[in-house]
Amino acid sequence: MTSESQQPQQPEATGPNGNRKPLLSVRNLKMHFPVVKGLMRRTVGYTKAVDDVSFDVYPGETYGLVGESGCGKTSIGRCITRILEPTAGTILYDQGDGRPVDIANLRNRDMRPYRSELRMIFQDPFSSLNPRLPVLEIIGEVLKVNGIADGAELEARVRDMLRKVGLRAEYLRRYPHAFSGGERQRIGVARALASNPKLVVCDEAVSALDVSIQAQTINLLQDLQDEFDLTYVFVAHDLSVVEHISDRIGVMYVGKLVETGTVDDVFSRPRHPYTEALLSAVPKADPALRDAGKRIRLPGEVADPSDPPPGCYFHPRCAYAKERCRTEEPQMREIAPGHSAKCHFAHELDLKGVVAAETASR
Amino acid sequence: MTADGRNDPTGHQSSGPATPETGVGELSDPDVLGHAAPSVDIAGGEDEMAMLGQWKLMWIRFKRHRLAMVGVVLVAFFYFLAIFAEFLSPQSPHDYNRHYPYAPPQRLHLFLRDGDQLRFRPHVYGYTSTVDPASFRRTFAIDDDQIIPVRLLPQGPEYRMWNLIPMSRRLFGPVEPGAPMFLLGADRLGRDLLTRIVYGARVSMTIGLVGVAFSLIIGIIMGGISGYFGGVADNIIQRTIEFLQSIPQIPLWMGLAAAIPQGTDPLLVYFLITVILSVLGWTGLARVVRGRFYSLKTEDFVIAARVDGCSSLRIIMRHMVPSFLSHIIATVTLAVPTMIIAETSLSFLGLGLRPPVVSWGVLLQAAQSVQVIANFPWLLLPGLGVFFAVLGFNFLGDGLRDAADPYATG
Ligand SMILES: Nc1ncnc2c1ncn2[C@@H]1O[C@H](COP(=O)(O)OP(=O)(O)OP(=O)(O)O)[C@@H](O)[C@H]1O
Ligand code: SF4
Ligand SMILES: [Mg+2]
Repeated sequence: MTSESQQPQQPEATGPNGNRKPLLSVRNLKMHFPVVKGLMRRTVGYTKAVDDVSFDVYPGETYGLVGESGCGKTSIGRCITRILEPTAGTILYDQGDGRPVDIANLRNRDMRPYRSELRMIFQDPFSSLNPRLPVLEIIGEVLKVNGIADGAELEARVRDMLRKVGLRAEYLRRYPHAFSGGERQRIGVARALASNPKLVVCDEAVSALDVSIQAQTINLLQDLQDEFDLTYVFVAHDLSVVEHISDRIGVMYVGKLVETGTVDDVFSRPRHPYTEALLSAVPKADPALRDAGKRIRLPGEVADPSDPPPGCYFHPRCAYAKERCRTEEPQMREIAPGHSAKCHFAHELDLKGVVAAETASR
Repeated sequence: MTADGRNDPTGHQSSGPATPETGVGELSDPDVLGHAAPSVDIAGGEDEMAMLGQWKLMWIRFKRHRLAMVGVVLVAFFYFLAIFAEFLSPQSPHDYNRHYPYAPPQRLHLFLRDGDQLRFRPHVYGYTSTVDPASFRRTFAIDDDQIIPVRLLPQGPEYRMWNLIPMSRRLFGPVEPGAPMFLLGADRLGRDLLTRIVYGARVSMTIGLVGVAFSLIIGIIMGGISGYFGGVADNIIQRTIEFLQSIPQIPLWMGLAAAIPQGTDPLLVYFLITVILSVLGWTGLARVVRGRFYSLKTEDFVIAARVDGCSSLRIIMRHMVPSFLSHIIATVTLAVPTMIIAETSLSFLGLGLRPPVVSWGVLLQAAQSVQVIANFPWLLLPGLGVFFAVLGFNFLGDGLRDAADPYATG
């Protein structure tokens, strides 16, 4: 565990749009939760929910974060929106004036100017809306507390926002209980976008919805992305959703980023055995492909983030593991331009992906 | 918005593998007012319903709770007595009549037979007394021949309403001031028990409220610190609560109450008793408040408020407190009867309030021996006051608790 390099990892060479500067530059991010025991609340260890993660998010793109439950996706999203205070690392946010600010190390108070620019859409459309406030106040809160709008102007903006997410503007006096799950999630989207943000973290934003509503909501998110020039960090455990919406993705395993690259690259030619296993579980849209790859069943359980195995965290479950994997932790290396993986044998292995026909045509 | 099709949510997408295109057209999902709708429905239909805030939803639920409505009536009745005690009681609580010790209750008759005609002439019958030659005790019998006319708003001795407004008429009483009227009997000194029960309501019903108010203030502050900030403060407060809760209540109360010196001013005693009751009372409330803070702190909508940029104070006051205020009110309501009983018990044991203060517990002190109870059972009537007041508060609190979370599913 201690063999990690502490120098900043190299960002990917180029973004999807040539040499644009990243909007968000995450470096060596760590989020460790103390594990406390007993009456005296002694700290007996740390849950390394996010451990030394680095990636870039470019303006206008959607960066997907995938991985099994408990691998730290939500924690990353919450560090970016500063719901959590990261243990270590930096999150450089480009405000547009060429002087990036390090969100990870701001005091809560100093975070306030960025609250309206870094927003979040929650997974659960029920628990994320305060049942005791009408829609107007739920959506308008961000405008009010950040001094963006008040009174009649605030109401006008909320009306406008409701229309943009496909709800009737007259609904603004209603309480959340009057809406269905899909409609509530639209309210959540409206709340996130009301302040004209730059970056929105969508944490499993559609996972709790019915499949048909999922599709509508994803389309809505994409339309709004175009309209408002938004950048998304899209967290999901459902690879097919991520494939559909993302430009680039990061695959996480037990607090670490194990592979990152464009959706097309990662899906068609994964470089990490864990990614291959995840991809093998994606339902194939094309019947002809269905028998092409057998689903890889991973043996054993996801490692415990408070007590990960030595060497490569994935080695107890990896079909390609060699002796070296048990002792030496692999480094994140760029395998192809813009495509990196954290595996000793990333260059040599020939892993099976899924043919991403749909994404190729995008 | 939809004119150019931009925001038609099912518009121009090529279908990806995960996004089968269904639910075309209508924006609103089929299950409007579906699983999340509160479990109340009203005649106004869903449109009106949609705009009801939490208090209105709670009120709708509360109204449905039969026992709670009974509780409201009982509690309201006793507070009405407490507030207008001077006017509602036929006498002053310290008026005594040495001719009528332990006079039994009289019945109120509304009509008087006049020849073969019944006339509306409210009256009670007077007493004749006989002295038992063996025990030398005076016993009273109702004497139908003595008619004591009674009326509404009779003229009587002057008194001051709330110690302020000079008045001379009470709600009802004998037409002739000083005539014996003891609807619920008299005590050892010939004082009217009805009057004393009404005045007792004033002390007994408010001591519960004041005690709970103290508990609430301490409980909310301690529970709030414990739940919102956690850590060391939480640890200390929780251990303190556990310590206090493991002390047997009654002996602690008795010990503290016994420490109040005999000659203390009655008002100060009243105050000290409420403080004593609150010493333990706040712990339960603090637990409730802490629990609510704890669970709410990680609730998505509270996190959303932080993402919105709300300050801690705003998060607490606007996003957290309204979510559990109703629970607190319910808990407080259920805590009042405990206080009433505690005061009654302490006073009954002679450790709480002392005469000349009139409380139900003080009144019950007169009914301590079996002999007294056997001969003058009406002296137990203040116990009925306690009984119904406690029952009322429990019904009310139950109803409030059930209505407190109108968003609970199921
Ligand atoms: N506030 C917290 N305190 C302590 N441990 C936490 C906290 N939040 C998350 N964890 C732990 O950190 C790890 C990563 O959690 P996280 O929620 O980030 O995972 P996730 O990838 O979002 O999982 P899921 O798909 O289930 O949402 C888990 O082991 C979790 O138990
Ligand atoms: S480093 Fe070894 S164990 Fe880890 S993923 Fe690569 S092959 Fe598997
Ligand atoms: Mg999560």
